[in-house]
Amino acid sequence: MKADTHSLQPAHDAHPADGHGEHHAGGSRESYLIGFGLSVILTAIPFWLVMSGALGDKQLTGLAITVLAAIQIVVHMVYFLHMNTRSEGGWTMMALIFTIIMVVIGLTGTLWVMHHLNVNMMPGHDMSTMQ
Amino acid sequence: MFDTSFLTKAIFGRLTLESLPLHEPIVVGTFVVVALGGVALLGAVTYFRLWGYLWREWFTTVDHKRIGIMYMILGIVMLLRGFADAIMMRLQQAIAFGGSEGYLNAHHYDQIFTAHGVIMIFFVAMPLVTGLMNYVVPLQIGARDVSFPFLNNFSFWMTVGGAVLVMISLFVGEFARTGWLAYPPLSNIGYSPDVGVDYYIWGLQVAGVGTTLSGINLICTIVKLRAPGMTMMRMPVFTWTSLCTNVLIVASFPVLTAVLALLSLDRYIGTNFFTNDFGGSPMMYVNLIWIWGHPEVYILVLPAFGIFSEVTSTFSGKRLFGYTSMVYATVVITILSYLVWLHHFFTMGSGASVNSFFGITTMIISIPTGAKMFNWLFTMYRGRIRFELPMMWTVAFMFTFVIGGMTGVLLAVPPADFVLHNSLFLIAHFHNVIIGGVVFGAFAGIAYWFPKAFGFRLDPFWGKLSFWFWVVGFYFAFMPLYVLGLMGVTRRLRVFDDPSLQIWFIIAGIGAFLIFLGIISFLVQIAVSVLKREALKDVTGDPWNARTLEWATSSPPPAYNFAFTPVVHDNDAWWDMKRRGYRRPLTGFKPIHMPSNTGTGVILAALATAMGFGLIWYIWWLAAVSFIGLLAVAIGHTFNYHRDYHIPADEVVRVEDARTHLLAAGAKS
Repeated sequence: MKADTHSLQPAHDAHPADGHGEHHAGGSRESYLIGFGLSVILTAIPFWLVMSGALGDKQLTGLAITVLAAIQIVVHMVYFLHMNTRSEGGWTMMALIFTIIMVVIGLTGTLWVMHHLNVNMMPGHDMSTMQ
Repeated sequence: MFDTSFLTKAIFGRLTLESLPLHEPIVVGTFVVVALGGVALLGAVTYFRLWGYLWREWFTTVDHKRIGIMYMILGIVMLLRGFADAIMMRLQQAIAFGGSEGYLNAHHYDQIFTAHGVIMIFFVAMPLVTGLMNYVVPLQIGARDVSFPFLNNFSFWMTVGGAVLVMISLFVGEFARTGWLAYPPLSNIGYSPDVGVDYYIWGLQVAGVGTTLSGINLICTIVKLRAPGMTMMRMPVFTWTSLCTNVLIVASFPVLTAVLALLSLDRYIGTNFFTNDFGGSPMMYVNLIWIWGHPEVYILVLPAFGIFSEVTSTFSGKRLFGYTSMVYATVVITILSYLVWLHHFFTMGSGASVNSFFGITTMIISIPTGAKMFNWLFTMYRGRIRFELPMMWTVAFMFTFVIGGMTGVLLAVPPADFVLHNSLFLIAHFHNVIIGGVVFGAFAGIAYWFPKAFGFRLDPFWGKLSFWFWVVGFYFAFMPLYVLGLMGVTRRLRVFDDPSLQIWFIIAGIGAFLIFLGIISFLVQIAVSVLKREALKDVTGDPWNARTLEWATSSPPPAYNFAFTPVVHDNDAWWDMKRRGYRRPLTGFKPIHMPSNTGTGVILAALATAMGFGLIWYIWWLAAVSFIGLLAVAIGHTFNYHRDYHIPADEVVRVEDARTHLLAAGAKS
């Protein structure tokens, strides 16, 4: 499909840098291996945290896993999706910023709203009795 | 003894003869009419030997123009269904007074108001908007097609698949009785054990795949396939609003998909995301579905704003006033539309701080919208305005939408919303903005671009008749609902006690009847225009003396849109080309590389629809077989290497020479 579209329209953009990311797209074997190694480590740590209970506190463990997951996302974006500020003439970065804004709005908004609803509308509902 | 009921269950799942609504005379009557009409249509297609033509030239096409036209046909056909639901509700509410039960029982009535909402949003407004974007955007940016032509065909057929599932529910089983967003706990398996909500879920999931993919496709097209010289700030406003709409689609539809997937898990395997017990929270569903639902209304209305911008500028003979502010207003609305979702449930108990935050963001969103309104007014100011049909729709939109916007700001005040929430005032408000914005926009767009798509204009007499019936009908139908809402009448009621309310419902019913006449006039308008197509013919390709690139090519455009990719030097590229004395190139044509048609999209969508049907009725073998088929066909298609072909140079020369002759003949006469 990709080949089609390129031959359909040879020169699309006023800025030559805008169009085609494939010049500096694919990464080297080395960068893939680094990404793979980092991913494995970042996946292994959460497993170890849960299995060994090293942090003791469940909430703290959950928080640690969330942070490691967020780092993992960045690793994937840099090493596997080859994202940087220049690729696709900056469109990738623009899309990423937009996505982050949307996700942050959605998540914080939902947590805020649901916290309020939980406090106001669920009287006597105690989550600790659920466990 | 061998138990046959087990076998029946394995083959037919929940589907039994009792699932057919034979006890509902209204549904049986509808079925007879639809069946007769369907048989007549299929018979006619067979008699005139059109199957091969339709399959080769339309169903399997990857041409964005034909797919756009098919979207419009889908939207108009579903409009008839959705409107039939509307007029049934109006009739019921007009007569169910003084102990009368009306003519619809509660079971049927609840399905009707749910189906009306679902169909009007997902299968009328969305196809109309997507159809116009599909048709117009590649032409406006000087491209040969969209970025992923096959994906475009697949997206269309998935939308059709969803519509087919919703239509099947009319005659096999029943539709949801939950309201158009299917709030739990009512939509959970305990309170809705029948197939209605499952039809809802799978209808929307199948269509949602199509919508999301078409969003990705159009974003890619706009970002990557613009003609040389067309920088972002030289894009036509309709293309800008389309870009923002598709960004919204890609960012918000996954939320809908996820919410419906969670609801399906609750219904199918007994999880407790949205149940009342075991830690589930129905309020979470309401929160999540509005994170999708609010951007959805901007998905619908932004392209309409784009249409009005093009129309105002063209028919005022002026460059759009405040192009830059228009673009920024659109972008600001895109972002803000994500910050207001809670105003749909102020009364659910979030408390003062949350409610005031979302009330204020909601009021802020009216600022960029107001800026747009002034831009259109200033475009008209001292312009040489031609009141052709598209311009009439635009002026009607400006009047109507301002009223809808003002009632929207009223509803944005949380204390006022506690009085008006779920009342007919709300119903009047959102019909005011959706009909006044999206529907009027779609009609303006149809009247404006119809000559581009078919090479002849729409008949103005029937168009104006349709316009007046629609506009007057709208005010008759919905102004009474504002009054009723202020008096405290809530939505979705089937019978009424207070006889003093009846007069308002009768007026609203008359309004709905006027809108019915408007729809009929619109259909007559198309028929009359086809019959009088020679008289209404346009050979120039630019019947309105318009400004953007789609008018630079012939009407209808050739398969390849532009023999040479135009080069853009200014906003309003075509206006600029005309001003500088542009001459069409007559020689030097080269073969043109184009994508090939493929039937894979139809097959994939048919399998997805069959899978949905299997899942709705618990026919597990059907679901499994069609899912495996889906994977097999999708993988098989990756081995299809006949994806493109070249239109030979002779062919291009022939088409372009024919146009040259037509233009010369047109200039002489």
